[in-house]
Amino acid sequence: MPEQFVWGMEVFLNGLMAGVLYALVALGFVLIYKASGIFNYAQGVMALFAALTLVGIMEGQVPFSHLINAVLGTEIHHFGWHVPAVLAILFTMAVMVLLAWAVNQFVFRHLVNQEPIILFMATIGLAYFLEGFGDMMWGSDIKNLDVGLPQGINTSIDEFTYQIFDYGFFIDNLDLFATAIAAALVFSLVVFAQYSKQGRAMRAVADDHQAALSVGISLNFIWVMVWSLAGFVALVAGIMWGTKSGVQFSLSLIALKALPVLMLGGFTSIPGAIVGGLIIGVGEKLFEFSFGQMLGGATENWFAYVLALIFLVFRPQGLFGEKIIERV
Amino acid sequence: MLDASEGYTTEDGRKIGGVVMEMKNITLRFGGVVAIKDISFDIREGEIRAIIGPNGAGKSSMLNVISGFYNPQDGQVFYKGALRPQMKPYQVARQGIARTFQNIALFDGMSVLDNIMTGRIRQMDAGIFAQAIWKGKAEREEVENRETVEKIIDFLEIQHIRKTPVGRLPYGLKKRVELARALAAEPSILLLDEPMAGMNVEEKEDMSRFILDVNDEFGTTIALIEHDMGVVMDLSDRVVVMDYGKKIGDGTPDEVRNNQAVIDAYLGVAHD
Repeated sequence: MPEQFVWGMEVFLNGLMAGVLYALVALGFVLIYKASGIFNYAQGVMALFAALTLVGIMEGQVPFSHLINAVLGTEIHHFGWHVPAVLAILFTMAVMVLLAWAVNQFVFRHLVNQEPIILFMATIGLAYFLEGFGDMMWGSDIKNLDVGLPQGINTSIDEFTYQIFDYGFFIDNLDLFATAIAAALVFSLVVFAQYSKQGRAMRAVADDHQAALSVGISLNFIWVMVWSLAGFVALVAGIMWGTKSGVQFSLSLIALKALPVLMLGGFTSIPGAIVGGLIIGVGEKLFEFSFGQMLGGATENWFAYVLALIFLVFRPQGLFGEKIIERV
Repeated sequence: MLDASEGYTTEDGRKIGGVVMEMKNITLRFGGVVAIKDISFDIREGEIRAIIGPNGAGKSSMLNVISGFYNPQDGQVFYKGALRPQMKPYQVARQGIARTFQNIALFDGMSVLDNIMTGRIRQMDAGIFAQAIWKGKAEREEVENRETVEKIIDFLEIQHIRKTPVGRLPYGLKKRVELARALAAEPSILLLDEPMAGMNVEEKEDMSRFILDVNDEFGTTIALIEHDMGVVMDLSDRVVVMDYGKKIGDGTPDEVRNNQAVIDAYLGVAHD
């Protein structure tokens, strides 16, 4: 078997795994967009904020320690305890629910029935606020996140492929784990949206506010629930990305990679977010592998966006998005 | 013929119960415009109560006050004997007041079945965590409510479109699905905002039959707004007539028909 092909296969598999991580971020976008028509630019920052909070809680960091020390002239930074990962994740989730409530209470509740562009601008504001707030709360240094996820090369895949191809594939355990988590997450979200009362209410609110009110659905409750769900997805994405590359402020930029994913998958489709993520992940890795050298490398930076652009021309609603039909 | 506390018996022999909802001196203003001016009337258990009047008379505003979409500046709403505090529309809905809309407000992307299931939200109280894992109570609830919904689907003869997305249905069927969703809530009062607007004669006859059947079969109290005088007179037990935000008549169809103010409002006289 030609070497190039075997290497290509490894690149392909790694692309799939990278795609899953893109898809995780895109999923958060889809959730909020589906239920409230808001394109939430802050989704990436939410992932960053979730990861920062998780690390902070686990390490026993004192929130706002810079501020407290500056005002009171004290020198406190740590409580001096360590919280187990599972407990810290639960606490972080509580913080994300609180954040969801605050976002709805102080921002979006007052913007009902506004133009989409206004809602979008509000989320940009929210993104920068949250970034600054996270910085103030937990500090801006790069942090290590280790919640005990398996990491490093998967030896059984390495050995298995070595026996077949005479060449061992490098597949990261973390990526495998992320894939499993993402699959479980998507499955449960789809089931929740399709077959539960709250999920049905969520779809109802997305469809028609008045009608939703008339059957006894509280819009505010649903919005807080959706933002909480997006916060949960952000937390999962934050854990995966944070474990992979450290919790740092560039994490919020992965949100931008989710944009081409959404263009491909469609803004309203949960499975679309997954498939879109996989296509982008595989596409950019294979493209870099095949043409990177010719084009001077670093094609991963722009490949996704160009692919999305081409897609926009031929299928503006994405692969799975609702077809836009305007009756005349 | 009217007994203040005990109700009355209609000409066709149906027993009408006590007052379930009473509107007292309701006044609703939008800025300088007075949409409803000092109107009082009641709705009795088991009756079909109509609100009629020419365009812009304030009928829809009145329905919106009952369903909590508008809050009146003055006046009180008594529901089941108790003064109703100011409420959000979804809270009113949970108290058992279901409604339909003049311009149809359905969830277009969802199937007929799912649309009607949303009507059951009042009856489903499994918490969000139970819902999320859909076990035990939540699952049992889903199945029970599904049975009720299937009965309503049978009753309104829409079995053939159960799985169809509502957005694809023709107008007449959409109206019927909206009625089904309101019925699914097993409401104490069912509010219908122009249930026959924009329908052809055949569809109107169907809808009239369904309204009468619902009232007859389930004993549902119905308050409806309608433009078409003929339809209203056939359907309803008692009629409130509004004009320019004021009440100009209240009584049985026969009484209302012979009321000079009502005749003037509908045929038009010079206002001086």
